[in-house]
Amino acid sequence: MQPRLGRLLLMATGVFSQGRAKISERTLRTDKWWIQPLITVGVLLSFIVYATWRAFEGAHYYAEPLISPFYSPCLSTTCVEGSSLLGTPFGHIVIFGMVLSPAFIILIFPLGFRMTCYYYRKAYFRSFWMSPPACAVAEPHAKYTGETKAPLIVNNGHRYFFYIGLVFNTLLTIDALLAFKNPQGQWGHMSIGTVVLLLNATFLWGYSASCHSCRHAIGGRLRHFSKHPFRYKAWTVVSRLNQKHQNFAWVSLIWVAFSDFFVRMVSLHPTWNKYFF
Amino acid sequence: MARTLKLRIWRGDDKTGGLQDVTVEANHGEVVLDIIHRVQATQMGDLAVRWNCKAGKCGSCSMEINGKPRLACMTQVAAYPEDETITITPLRAFPVIKDLVTDVSFNFKKAMEIPSLQMPEGLKPGEPRMQQVDVERSQEFRKCIECFLCQNTCHVIRDHEENKKSFAGPRFFIRIAELDMHPLDMLRNRKKTAQEEHGLGLCNITKCCTEVCPEHIKITDNAIIPMKERVADEKYDPIRWLGSKIRRREEVL
Ligand code: SF4
Ligand code: SF4
Ligand code: FES
Ligand code: FES
Repeated sequence: MQPRLGRLLLMATGVFSQGRAKISERTLRTDKWWIQPLITVGVLLSFIVYATWRAFEGAHYYAEPLISPFYSPCLSTTCVEGSSLLGTPFGHIVIFGMVLSPAFIILIFPLGFRMTCYYYRKAYFRSFWMSPPACAVAEPHAKYTGETKAPLIVNNGHRYFFYIGLVFNTLLTIDALLAFKNPQGQWGHMSIGTVVLLLNATFLWGYSASCHSCRHAIGGRLRHFSKHPFRYKAWTVVSRLNQKHQNFAWVSLIWVAFSDFFVRMVSLHPTWNKYFF
Repeated sequence: MARTLKLRIWRGDDKTGGLQDVTVEANHGEVVLDIIHRVQATQMGDLAVRWNCKAGKCGSCSMEINGKPRLACMTQVAAYPEDETITITPLRAFPVIKDLVTDVSFNFKKAMEIPSLQMPEGLKPGEPRMQQVDVERSQEFRKCIECFLCQNTCHVIRDHEENKKSFAGPRFFIRIAELDMHPLDMLRNRKKTAQEEHGLGLCNITKCCTEVCPEHIKITDNAIIPMKERVADEKYDPIRWLGSKIRRREEVL
């Protein structure tokens, strides 16, 4: 018994606390509660692995006129010609003997936006951190302080990432509009790539518009809706979108990765980008 | 009798206890509370269970059925496959008194820690006027039947007894939100106290409270997240913070 004492002490909290019904299982749920977190881990991990590889690759992100959303705006002098919409304020940066890929300069913003998103918080707290893995399934941690301490307290600043996200959405919309050019730079053409980038921008706007911080800023912070009829109206619209925030979160995430993949493919095989006109 | 049901019911008190097997008949259309009553009438005369309305409105019959926090009077027996043994236990976040009855006084203590509506001075009974659009949001929260299933499921206290002292729980976050959104409430520090005294920051918005609420109140989306945003206005938004220092008050909008 002795060696198990430590574990027992650790376990003597939560559902095993003194005074609560003596039940030895950490959950009595009979359904497959672990499937949801497993799928979430699977999808998020695949995205992380793919995005990391692509960010390190530092190539095949531009195939005139298409630019990968992972690399837009391209801000470094290492960017391939024609890909920098906003100029190149960053020079040739070398870290650990490797040239810094332009993706890393901007990565923090979309990453921070998603990491602090109220929906993704639920997703990763449940699946990666298992706190809790599913409802009424005891979590494995002995201590819990939620979002009251660093680093998780940063989640309270979600709105700032939301505002920066709007800038990114605007830039990616411009990228989609530029895709109405042909590789020779003439306007009035449309290809599969145009559709891919337009959908990408649309999903990202949907993701931002349905954001909880957006809902709050638009009207949620008011006490007297009756004094602000327009904001109230806007709030009801955002509230309706907000109910679909989870869907926007997944669709936009997957589509960003797909858009990048598509641009990579076109950069390797230009004929893949079929032009409709 | 339509079917024979296999059950495991937790019996015991705050010191000892365990699951006991029983077999009982069930009629078509019955709910788990009916079955518990039949067990009580025919086999376990001293089985303790709390209930009142049998209509999903009093919030008394909260328990855990196959590990899921639910109202026994709103849980159809037909939802479980014929060959499945249904396990019934008391709520696992609160101290047990006897069998399926737990001591939920934690929640009453938390309720008392929240100051009630503070009306504008000089307003006499019958005088207050409000627009429907201004009270709609709060009205959703008034549907609460105080079953405390959300409190019981919330991992912050279910899995961490030590957090009970510093955490009011989802049921009381909707109470705080209701008052903070109330057009006539004059108390101006609800956001600050929500974070500093009632433990709003401990919630990691994993939404189990919303999942179990029998009244389908969108606890997380409509109360907790809006409150977190309101707290951010007050405490974590440097620009707004500066604005409030200049104006020296919480904004009334
Ligand atoms: S969303 Fe927050 S309050 Fe609700 S169960 Fe989860 S941690 Fe508890
Ligand atoms: S909010 Fe819902 S789950 Fe919580 S006590 Fe009220 S009715 Fe029950
Ligand atoms: S982006 Fe998800 S809540 Fe803001
Ligand atoms: S007995 Fe009243 S809610 Fe179940």
